[in-house]
Amino acid sequence: MPAIAMEGLTKVYPTGQRALDALDLEVKEGEFLVLVGPSGCGKTTALRLVAGLEEPTGGVLRIGDRDVTHLPPKDRDVAMVFQHYALYPHMTIEANMAFPLRTRRLPKAAVRAKVLEVARLLDLEPVLGRKPAQLSGGQRQRVAMGRAIVREPAVFLMDEPLSNLDAKLRVQMRAELLRLQRRLGTATLYVTHDQVEAMTMGDRVAVLRGGVLQQCDTPHALYQRPANLFVAGFLGTPAMNLFRAQLAEDGQRLRLGSQQLPLPPEVLATRPALAPYRGRTVAVGIRPEHLALGATGAPATLRAEVALVEALGAEQLVHFTLDAPAQPVEDRAGRPGEEPAPLRLEQTGATGTARVGPDEAVRVGSTVEFGLDPATLQFFDPEGGQALWA
Amino acid sequence: MRPTRGATSTLGRGARLGAVTLLALLFLVPLYVAVVAATHPASAFLRGVPVLPGGDLLANGRQVLVRGLPGTPSVPRMLLNSALMAASVTLGKLLIAVPAAFAIGFFRFPGRRLVFWLIFVTLMLPIEVTFFPTYQVSVQLGLFNNFGGLVVPLLASATAVFLFRQVFAAFPLDLVDAARLDGAGPLRFLAEVALPMARPTLAAVAVIEFVYGWNQYLWPLVITSSPSNATIVMGIREQIAAAESFAVPQWNLVMLVALLALIPPVVVVVAMQRWFVRGLVFQAR
Ligand SMILES: Nc1ncnc2c1ncn2[C@@H]1O[C@H](COP(=O)(O)OP(=O)(O)OP(=O)(O)O)[C@@H](O)[C@H]1O
Ligand SMILES: [Mg+2]
Repeated sequence: MPAIAMEGLTKVYPTGQRALDALDLEVKEGEFLVLVGPSGCGKTTALRLVAGLEEPTGGVLRIGDRDVTHLPPKDRDVAMVFQHYALYPHMTIEANMAFPLRTRRLPKAAVRAKVLEVARLLDLEPVLGRKPAQLSGGQRQRVAMGRAIVREPAVFLMDEPLSNLDAKLRVQMRAELLRLQRRLGTATLYVTHDQVEAMTMGDRVAVLRGGVLQQCDTPHALYQRPANLFVAGFLGTPAMNLFRAQLAEDGQRLRLGSQQLPLPPEVLATRPALAPYRGRTVAVGIRPEHLALGATGAPATLRAEVALVEALGAEQLVHFTLDAPAQPVEDRAGRPGEEPAPLRLEQTGATGTARVGPDEAVRVGSTVEFGLDPATLQFFDPEGGQALWA
Repeated sequence: MRPTRGATSTLGRGARLGAVTLLALLFLVPLYVAVVAATHPASAFLRGVPVLPGGDLLANGRQVLVRGLPGTPSVPRMLLNSALMAASVTLGKLLIAVPAAFAIGFFRFPGRRLVFWLIFVTLMLPIEVTFFPTYQVSVQLGLFNNFGGLVVPLLASATAVFLFRQVFAAFPLDLVDAARLDGAGPLRFLAEVALPMARPTLAAVAVIEFVYGWNQYLWPLVITSSPSNATIVMGIREQIAAAESFAVPQWNLVMLVALLALIPPVVVVVAMQRWFVRGLVFQAR
């Protein structure tokens, strides 16, 4: 039995905005599920629907074995951590954490004991007597967590709980939050627009775009086999390189601008969905780490002109241009890509990125040859965007 | 460039200081005259107003508080009436305005905007418009010449409802949501979250309404007739009449009564000042 089950959950705001469109999603018992997507894609809406702060336009919501679609928030057994923490500013930390217990009319001694226990767990004991304004951002964040934990809810809901912290603290709190969740074993629905956070934290990650679920899977599966161009472009830093290419009639070669890449038979054999695209245009995706410099004996090579080199210490990012057409795709912020280019192949000047070792000497303006294994290529329908696998 | 700017700013500061001093003097001079007058025997005024305080304050005080001027209600009694009236008006107004503003500010119900605007519009009615209808209704309700008559007709306050509604309307929505998830019902939310957070406004409104209740003049004059129900502010007029009936007008005593009438509101304002100012600043933002 899943901890949360959303079936066809839909929300149309009075303004007519369809913020969530028939979302089917399950959070399993004890699972940490991350809901990720660009701004305005409906993440917060989904969370508020589960919390009961918003009434769904359609669909069914179950928490545990109960249909809670029309229950008020307090009867749903969920706790939420807000982006701006939403601590009660006039109450002490102790009173903040005790509040959800007092509303349940628990005996005073039990409330105090529970608050102390959670405060100890979160290292908040020394600040119990303070007001929220007297805490650091990280401490406030932990108080917000504590207020959710004291109730021992069936489900945690978190809306970008780390986005107000500085970068270093955010990384630290990620680990801390995960450890806590593992220890408590409480199913968690976690919203973020940060794909790194999603990939590093989620048992599974659900990618949302324009209120529509794109894919929900483990971070590994999402990265290896994105279901469509949007997911492919959204996950991964730097993003996947996407070009338009022509698949030869015999399926043995791929024409990328002026270059030809040989495709071994396995490429087509493992991707039955690619067969109908022989002799047609496809979108091809290459992860930046799959482009190698100076590799001799690579099954295929890609020639490109170096436009910019970023040395990051442990690696270098080589930005290059290619005389192949770019595949337009929504950027991470959810802004649409340039008008979908007509399916011509003469157009040139696509840009891409490669991750190479820190010691490679790469000169801006030079032409380099990247080694590449065609088995790592990803293919998509250039217009519909769906991945071409089975 | 810099020296010039420094010079103008010094000049500006000087001018501002001057203006403030002038204004302060404008307010302080009558007050000073009253204080000085209250410390002299009545005969002192035959030679004009004295400049320095005299030594008769205690004697005058005994005269005013214990014996009183002939034919006027007792001053302590009037002070007590005023205090009770102002306190009751304040408390009653808060008890009515807070739930009203809470309903308008936090709940969606049909006619919510209409209700708000109706209350808002009454803010704009000059007091004279409602004066006689209010009197008529009050008398018919048996509120003539009793304590209820002093308080009840003043309880409805658009100002207080409006101020609280503004605070509640600007209330952080996250906190409302958090309280809902934490299982707080509307009353608990009001008592433990909304009101404590509105404390500056609460203090500000309490001060405003206390002073408003204390300073009522026309209404107590109309709605009461017996000395036992008189209030201090309306009573000062009678004190003046009584003081003038002496061969040597007892201005010193009138001034002392006026000063006594001033003390309670000042005490309330000063005591609440910290909250009061913060409340109004919060409003302005
Ligand atoms: N109360 C509302 N009334 C009308 N439209 C709304 C309301 N709340 C959200 N929307 C719209 O619904 C869409 C989804 O909003 P939502 O807040 O769920 O996005 P989000 O994914 O959480 O974005 P972000 O990452 O910026 O927080 C947006 O287009 C937003 O403008
Ligand atoms: Mg959001």
